[in-house]
Amino acid sequence: MTKKPKSSWNGFSLKPRKEMPAGLWIRCPGCEQMFYKTAVEQNLNVCPKCSYHFRIDAVTRIKYLADEGSFQQILSDLTTNDPLDFKFRETTYKQRVKADEKKSGATEAILVGKAFIKGRGVVLAVMEPNFLMGSMGAVVGEKFCAAADKAIEEKMPLVAICCSGGARMHEGVVSLGQMAKTSAAVAMLDKAGGLFISVLTDPTTGGVTASFAMLGDCLIAEPKALIGFAGPRTIAETIKVELPEGFQTAEFMLEHGFIDMIVHRKDLRSEIARIIDYCQK
Amino acid sequence: MAENNNNIGSGNYLGFEDKVAEFDRQADELRRLSSAKGIDYSAEIRRLQQQQVAELKQLYSNLTAWQTVQVARHPQRPLLPDYLGLMVKEFCELHGDRCFGDDRAIVTGFGQIGRERVLIVGQNKGRTTKEKIACNFGCPNPEGYRKAIAKMKFAEKFKIPIVTLIDTPGAYPGVGAEERGQAQAIAFNLMEMSRLTVPIICIVIGEGGSGGALGIGVGDKLAMLEFAYYSVISPEGCAAILWRDGSQAPDAAEALKLTSRDLLRLQLVDEVIPEPLGGAHRSIHDTVYNVEKYIVKTLAALKRIKIDKLLEARYEKLRSIGASPASILRSKTQPAQERIKTAIEAIPRKPTHISAEV
Repeated sequence: MTKKPKSSWNGFSLKPRKEMPAGLWIRCPGCEQMFYKTAVEQNLNVCPKCSYHFRIDAVTRIKYLADEGSFQQILSDLTTNDPLDFKFRETTYKQRVKADEKKSGATEAILVGKAFIKGRGVVLAVMEPNFLMGSMGAVVGEKFCAAADKAIEEKMPLVAICCSGGARMHEGVVSLGQMAKTSAAVAMLDKAGGLFISVLTDPTTGGVTASFAMLGDCLIAEPKALIGFAGPRTIAETIKVELPEGFQTAEFMLEHGFIDMIVHRKDLRSEIARIIDYCQK
Repeated sequence: MAENNNNIGSGNYLGFEDKVAEFDRQADELRRLSSAKGIDYSAEIRRLQQQQVAELKQLYSNLTAWQTVQVARHPQRPLLPDYLGLMVKEFCELHGDRCFGDDRAIVTGFGQIGRERVLIVGQNKGRTTKEKIACNFGCPNPEGYRKAIAKMKFAEKFKIPIVTLIDTPGAYPGVGAEERGQAQAIAFNLMEMSRLTVPIICIVIGEGGSGGALGIGVGDKLAMLEFAYYSVISPEGCAAILWRDGSQAPDAAEALKLTSRDLLRLQLVDEVIPEPLGGAHRSIHDTVYNVEKYIVKTLAALKRIKIDKLLEARYEKLRSIGASPASILRSKTQPAQERIKTAIEAIPRKPTHISAEV
């Protein structure tokens, strides 16, 4: 360790330290307290104090939700072909995809496959928030539709864990079309009499909310999750009004009648299993 | 072309139409002179008009994406009431969503186009300030989408084909809209429109703004006027997200590939309906006539197809969006179910181990 020159010493600061030793401690955005990271992780990434639900990646989500080792992925090798050749100033879509692949370790913003939840066979579609904000492009749409087809074929319930910023603008109207495409797939599943459970986690906004996420037979949300169509910033900018407290949260959606229930992460497995049992024919 | 020229000098030039405006100014000057001094300048005026037409042709055959957006937003561009007035006979408007209210941003009603009775669902932006406020600048609220689907189901019951005219900057992002479930309303429309048992024709006549446009834009055929735009996000919004600066919108417009030409090339729209020289606002009659011609022609073709086949084709069309061979490991020729089956067959039927926990 190099010795710092004395002149740079500024005394103690009463402000909370902004930088933390990476990966050891995390601050809960809900109650502003510091927690040992493993303690939070052991608690299903939920704050032990205020039960704030941290965002989790798709792999962790599957670990929490599915029976151990039961998840079998399908269509894992689909990647985008950049239909628009998207280039805005110096940044291209391809670069962004590469960067996010490296950052998140995922190849797309959704994982789909078969799994067991408490022994009940389901088709799982889990969105990945760390890959371009979980946005829906052609691959996400296609994989979701494949999951719906699989659910019809195997007569299994479809469980989607939604976590997305909306349609992926880098794919333009192609991604807008995915809204129609996934909704049509849900219509097919509905026609075939399949059960579709949609779990809305933080955040579920934009084109994903306005398509398959809201079309579940049963809609479950995680506590305090942001759920809405337009983002809160967009709304505030458009109508120039301060937004009411708790606007667009899961509780807000429950109050206005758009979801069935709010379920704590630790109860999600049993709650889904219970619904599946009720809907068995 | 001659009847177009009369309308060219109607004022309201866009930023890139300086030269066009200059020709008009000169022609006006000559007209003023000729009436004041009694000299006949008609030959000069005619020459100016010819030059102007040449200029317009040149300009409008090479519009940039951002210029197209400006044309699509032109204050004099024909709006839904123009189409209803010129193209639809016996229009019978139907109001209300039976839940909350009547959204003026979406107009629904029965009418006759050509010899066909149809249900028309269209978005209205309003021309005067008063109208604009009444119909929320063409930004529908959830009740608008619920009204649209309710009337479409009404039409479905009596086998009446549906024509939707899309012209909206986007679904309204307001507190009330969120409280009443904007996302749910649009999602429900997408699902239901994908399986309505009547032919549906969707036409983007001006702005096709994101989910707000798609909410009435799922059907058997999607057409666009030549200088309309259709996009997942407004160019301003895109620039604000990527560049933290909404004024970079021209670049964003280019990147988003939102013009009819680009979308036709990407096979995202089925047909581009031509606009008169210099954009729809220069000759409303011609524009409406072109749209009417397209509707009549397409309806006749769609009505010949059995409804089961039509629904299959509609589903297949939706499923193929964005599924070009290079992006996705399947070819376009195989039907959807088969493609998925081949991809899925490689996987073992049952997971190898099941957790003991119940």
